Amino acid sequence: MEAIDLPLAMIDTSIPVADWVIVLPIVLALMGAAALLMLRRSQTPPLIGALIVVVAIIACEITLLLDILAHGPVSMTMGRWLPPFGISLTADIFGATFALAAAVVTLFILLYAELDRGEADAGDGFHSLVLLLLAGVTGAFLTGDLFNLYVWFEVMLIASFGLIVQGGRPMQLDGAVKYGFLNFLATTLFLLSLGLLYGLLGTLNMADIMRVAPMAHPGAMAGVAALLLLAFGIKAAAFPLNAWLPASYHTPPAAISALFAGLLTKVGAYAMLRALVAILPASRDLLEPVLAFLAIATLLLAPLGAIAETNLRRAIGFIVIGGIGAVMVGLTLPTPTGIAGSGLYILHAILVMSALYMVAGLVEKRSGTTDTRQMGGFYAASAPLSVLFFVLVLASAGVPPFLGFWPKLLLLEAGMAAGLAGDWIGSGLVIALLVNAVLTLIAGTRLWSHIFWRSGPEGEVSEHLQQQLLPLDGRARLGLGAASVLTAGIVLAGLWPAPLLDSARSGAQDIVEPARYIAATGLAGSAP
Amino acid sequence: MEYVLAALVGLFMAIGIYLLLSRSVIRMLIGMTIFGNGVNLLIFTAGRVTRGIAPIVPPGLDAPAGPIANPLPQALILTAIVIGFSMFSFLLVLAFRAYQSLDADNTDNMRLAEPERAPQPPLSY
Repeated sequence: MEAIDLPLAMIDTSIPVADWVIVLPIVLALMGAAALLMLRRSQTPPLIGALIVVVAIIACEITLLLDILAHGPVSMTMGRWLPPFGISLTADIFGATFALAAAVVTLFILLYAELDRGEADAGDGFHSLVLLLLAGVTGAFLTGDLFNLYVWFEVMLIASFGLIVQGGRPMQLDGAVKYGFLNFLATTLFLLSLGLLYGLLGTLNMADIMRVAPMAHPGAMAGVAALLLLAFGIKAAAFPLNAWLPASYHTPPAAISALFAGLLTKVGAYAMLRALVAILPASRDLLEPVLAFLAIATLLLAPLGAIAETNLRRAIGFIVIGGIGAVMVGLTLPTPTGIAGSGLYILHAILVMSALYMVAGLVEKRSGTTDTRQMGGFYAASAPLSVLFFVLVLASAGVPPFLGFWPKLLLLEAGMAAGLAGDWIGSGLVIALLVNAVLTLIAGTRLWSHIFWRSGPEGEVSEHLQQQLLPLDGRARLGLGAASVLTAGIVLAGLWPAPLLDSARSGAQDIVEPARYIAATGLAGSAP
Repeated sequence: MEYVLAALVGLFMAIGIYLLLSRSVIRMLIGMTIFGNGVNLLIFTAGRVTRGIAPIVPPGLDAPAGPIANPLPQALILTAIVIGFSMFSFLLVLAFRAYQSLDADNTDNMRLAEPERAPQPPLSY
């Protein structure tokens, strides 16, 4: 190895002010979390501080996304060292869009969370933990370095531990034990694969790995990729590794379930997309049969779990898992269309799954039970809730014209193209996607008809029994408003999908052809 | 030297996975820690075990003279140890609280979130 030229290895020019938008969202979230923790005894409600921080983060991320759409991926390297040595934050269209969606969802959930919070909860640090979780998620979406990704995973994990046990009901502790151990195991496995990857390539910068990975031993790289798939599969709750999700997501208050469903599993899915398709495409090709099996099994089995469930939020947990299967279809078919479908599906799932949990939380709040057999006759009592729930069920099944339809259309298109070219995997994925849509629709509409449509709880004889609902107070109205606005956004995005489809296609182009991504980190010129 | 370390990594991970497969939360926790230490040792080994000198640039030079030991694995392991330790302490407290309020340190007996005899799904409609 030739000696490193010191003046060349240091960044001695100042970074343009506009580039700071890539690191500002993370800094704002971390500083906001710390500030709210220090101010937890003040008289001003912490919600206001948290909302200001999240709105500032959204503003930064919109600026960042517009910049990326206009000029291609943006990168910023920390610590005055040039990229393979300094840690890079690199954002392309997918990363920036998901980070923006995560911040938007967090904004609505902060408002919604007031539903479950009373005077006794003041000063418990809830808002700090939410901002810390957002910092971890944003960091994971924007990072350009795999070890850095591991660190953001751990930031996310410790914040989610705090959120899942907050309140300390025995059921939450039970869920947290399973959630905690399996997610800690997943990040340790991720670290294990990072150790092997570093040993093989001598670098952990994503753009740098893209350049040097083709020269490494393909068998060894496939082993590393399989370990990464295992680690991210646990994180994303793909089929055989999903048991922790329905065991834990329904135990905390609905706002926290919604936050987890929108943010956490999607980071796992995004990391899978980034690591397997963008960084290690050759190893992904070797793992293709495994990916196809996982995708089909997740697509088919998860909605069956939702049909067999009596606990409302547990059932939605299974629908969340089914969505991960759809994301994996795009990983199995890494054409630009397939990857655009995956990316758009992740965006759709961030928004829809959170909204679904928010509405489910309102249903549970008003009925006072979590068991769908005890519910019934809500339609007459609460038309807005029933409309919201129905729209979200249709959106999650991928019925047009809602947002979920467009990514599924792209995925079907990719599958059809592969299937017509004589690839049995493509045909199998198309069938699995269609069956998944039908099963999700059955699961969702069954839930809807049990909660809203039938006259009363199961076993009741009265024909016109109308369920007595608990009244909505001011805070609950705020929660309902937040869920309605988010759902309205989902409907609007489904009606005007053209900008989303265009950016998903150009985002997918950057994943398939990483030249622009590598150039953004400043590694293009140097020889490997 | 690498062979000894590789064998140790394998031993640590075998012990860790064996303990993780048990039902007792405390044994799982110890297993997690041993597994994590195996991973740290693996990163250390993956960074090549060399007899080079410390990676310090002598005064007046732009680059270190001669072969140096790679400092990056140490930085990676240090980060991983700190994070692993914080997770370990959280899970230890969680296990204790779970033992107090669920009266169980056996994951098979922790059935509040997933009731043992889950009711049949609604049959009408």
